[in-house]
Amino acid sequence: MRRQRSEQIIYLLIRLVMYSIVLVIGYILFDIIRNGLPALSWEFVSEYPRKSGAEGGILPAIVGTMSLLVGTIIVALPLGICSAIYLSEYAEQNRFTAMIRLAIITLAGVPSIVYGLFGLGLFVLFLNFGTSILAGSLTLACMILPTIIVSSEEALRAVPRGYRDASLALGATKWETIRTNVLPYSLSGIITGSILGIGRAAGETAPILLTVAAFYLPRLPNSIFDQVMALPYHLYILATQHPEADKVLPLQYATALVLLLLVLGLSLGAIIIRIHFRKKYRW
Amino acid sequence: MWKDKAMRLLMLSAASTSIFLVALIFIFLVKEAAPFALKPGLDALFDRQWIPVSFVQERYGILPLVTGSALVTGLSMLFTIPLSVLGAIYIAEIASPVEREILKPFIELLASIPSVVLGFFGLVVLAPLIKSLFGLGTGLSALTGALLLTLMAIPTVITLSEDAIMSVPRAYKDASRALGASDLQTIFQVIIPAALPGIIAAIMLGVGRVVGETMAVLMVTGNSALMTWSPLAPVRTMTATIAAEMGEVSFGSLHYQALFWIGLVLLAVTFLLNIIAQRVLVRYGMMK
Repeated sequence: MRRQRSEQIIYLLIRLVMYSIVLVIGYILFDIIRNGLPALSWEFVSEYPRKSGAEGGILPAIVGTMSLLVGTIIVALPLGICSAIYLSEYAEQNRFTAMIRLAIITLAGVPSIVYGLFGLGLFVLFLNFGTSILAGSLTLACMILPTIIVSSEEALRAVPRGYRDASLALGATKWETIRTNVLPYSLSGIITGSILGIGRAAGETAPILLTVAAFYLPRLPNSIFDQVMALPYHLYILATQHPEADKVLPLQYATALVLLLLVLGLSLGAIIIRIHFRKKYRW
Repeated sequence: MWKDKAMRLLMLSAASTSIFLVALIFIFLVKEAAPFALKPGLDALFDRQWIPVSFVQERYGILPLVTGSALVTGLSMLFTIPLSVLGAIYIAEIASPVEREILKPFIELLASIPSVVLGFFGLVVLAPLIKSLFGLGTGLSALTGALLLTLMAIPTVITLSEDAIMSVPRAYKDASRALGASDLQTIFQVIIPAALPGIIAAIMLGVGRVVGETMAVLMVTGNSALMTWSPLAPVRTMTATIAAEMGEVSFGSLHYQALFWIGLVLLAVTFLLNIIAQRVLVRYGMMK
């Protein structure tokens, strides 16, 4: 592997490009952690905001985001996993299957703000849910559905064919085979993909902007028809709409840090699960 | 056996929701946007001015918003394409296995940072930097937005380009080496041309992501609906317009309908980009 000097310079340049990207990512994380940590405290995550967010904590925004995520999971997970089971286990190579695949690709490319418009038109106005946790969760669920389907299908397809054949040969029905010999082995992959989807939903602002998020609402929600504050929207408001945006900069950083920790925590969890199960099942 | 059939039916109906959902999205966007086409008519959308709130004469021309999106997207691709392609080459061909195992999750990490957090970073760190660097009155400009969008597009484009480079048969590389080509010649004259369709598809999907990105651009592009091609001018994109104005319109008004038209345009653009990219991938056998 001898390389000429001119080639080595070009290699160096490419490496430089790669590591400057890494450096920029690192700096963003560093900047938010460094400036967010000092303002982060137990009070900050456990108290209600005061003076339109200029003081106090962000408890309602955390609870709001959590309730949105729970709603999103309840809707998107069963739907996504069942779709994936159909595509991987039942679907034949025909027009209908091709249409489903086209639809999933299309859904994956729809911009998040368009999901917001759609949620506003269908859930908030047409079905009359109002701006509510219900409308927001349903909108987010639609948005992450393709992510969950694609990753779950991949996980199901990774289970070797022999597992299915053996089960069928012993007289199990198709569904029994799926339930006992396919699903258990693909569970880790399904969970990993779903967590990544949920992480995306946690950080999205545009869809909830139009369907659920409240500007300033220092109380906890009572029902799924309530509006809530949400972490990403709260950060947006503090950073751009707050009359004293400069003064509340530490609070902005702290909110950004909480959101970042939530999302990165989810991603990290997904990665750990993936590594753990990769060691367990090896085929 | 009835249970088996019932389960099949259940899975089938779950899978059909995707088709159903695409139809619903289209129907509800059209439903809310449609009345605008009758009065004042679609011509109004081709006005060169977007002044949706006015005491004199409201104008609903989406052209400045389209050029705003185009400018920001074009600029960001100017950075994204070389950075991502070189990054993908590095990960696929140059990095050691250990390096690759570290770099790949790091790039995924970038993809998982919420866009509002990047927008916030852009607002408090990048914008002041741009402001002092170019001596502007405000750092909120098309360039600031484009730089943030570059960060959002890089993970998509790097990951997909790397897949494309990895899918080039090893025999190509061996043949090239056997003919006496150096590593670098092999990369740039054999591997990259062979992976080009996949890289182009990756770029198109990156463009789709960038065009549809909302929060980061809303926070840092300055949001003035001017028709301009200057990178240092403040611009307003289609996505930012919907996000900023939908909260203040009365439902059913012309302004409201015009915002749904913008949504339809966004849907059409991203749909086309997606479909063409998929076609390219299928045509050149690069679908996994």
